[in-house]
Amino acid sequence: MEALAILAAAPTPADLKSIEAAGSAGYAYGLAAIGPALGIGFLVGKSVEAMARQPEAAGMVRTTMFLGIAFTEALALIGFVVFILLKFA
Amino acid sequence: MSTTPTNHTSSAFATRLDGPAPEVDVSLDLVKRGLMAAPVLIALCAVIWGGDGAFSSLYGVGLILVNFALSAGLIAVTARISLGLMMGAVLFGYLIRLGLVFAAVLLVRDAAWISLPALGATIIITHLGLLGWELKYLAISLAHPGLKPHRAPNHR
Repeated sequence: MEALAILAAAPTPADLKSIEAAGSAGYAYGLAAIGPALGIGFLVGKSVEAMARQPEAAGMVRTTMFLGIAFTEALALIGFVVFILLKFA
Repeated sequence: MSTTPTNHTSSAFATRLDGPAPEVDVSLDLVKRGLMAAPVLIALCAVIWGGDGAFSSLYGVGLILVNFALSAGLIAVTARISLGLMMGAVLFGYLIRLGLVFAAVLLVRDAAWISLPALGATIIITHLGLLGWELKYLAISLAHPGLKPHRAPNHR
């Protein structure tokens, strides 16, 4: 009964603000993760193709791929930091 | 002159790379440079955010260095099995590592010693700063696919 009463109660402005903040944070994190995921998929796909075609250059391709992944991942980390600051700070 | 490859069986699924793993060398160098830069970052965060900032910065640097090491380790291990597996591992590894970073931050978000702005700033600055710094020490050539070779001291 107590839970039902809580659910039935109208949300206060503070509740609405925190709900909006949670929604915005979720969107920020989700959208920030999509772009790098596409980028990493494309990058790794092309790298694998290059390594399969030219195995003697695989070392070079792997280093470039590793750095590319790390740089692309920075975008997701920036989104993640925005998320934790919006949601928890 | 024909440019057709003689080995028609090579494919991303059949090919595996047994040679040295340059990304492991690069990530170990990143960790070494991260440990060198950590005291400066921690001191900076301590000045701006106090003791909480210093602990948060230390945690953030550790998180980023573990992330680099995991990323390189995943590529090195799976490339020895097949390139197809490596591709899958990198893609799912991205999700898993993001999840691990998220879990690591969730774990400490209510701790008394955490300062979230310090942690966030450290994560971004360490990640991008170390990568930018590392570019100076990379050769990326057929002879040296990873780091630049050490020069012998010039004896005169």
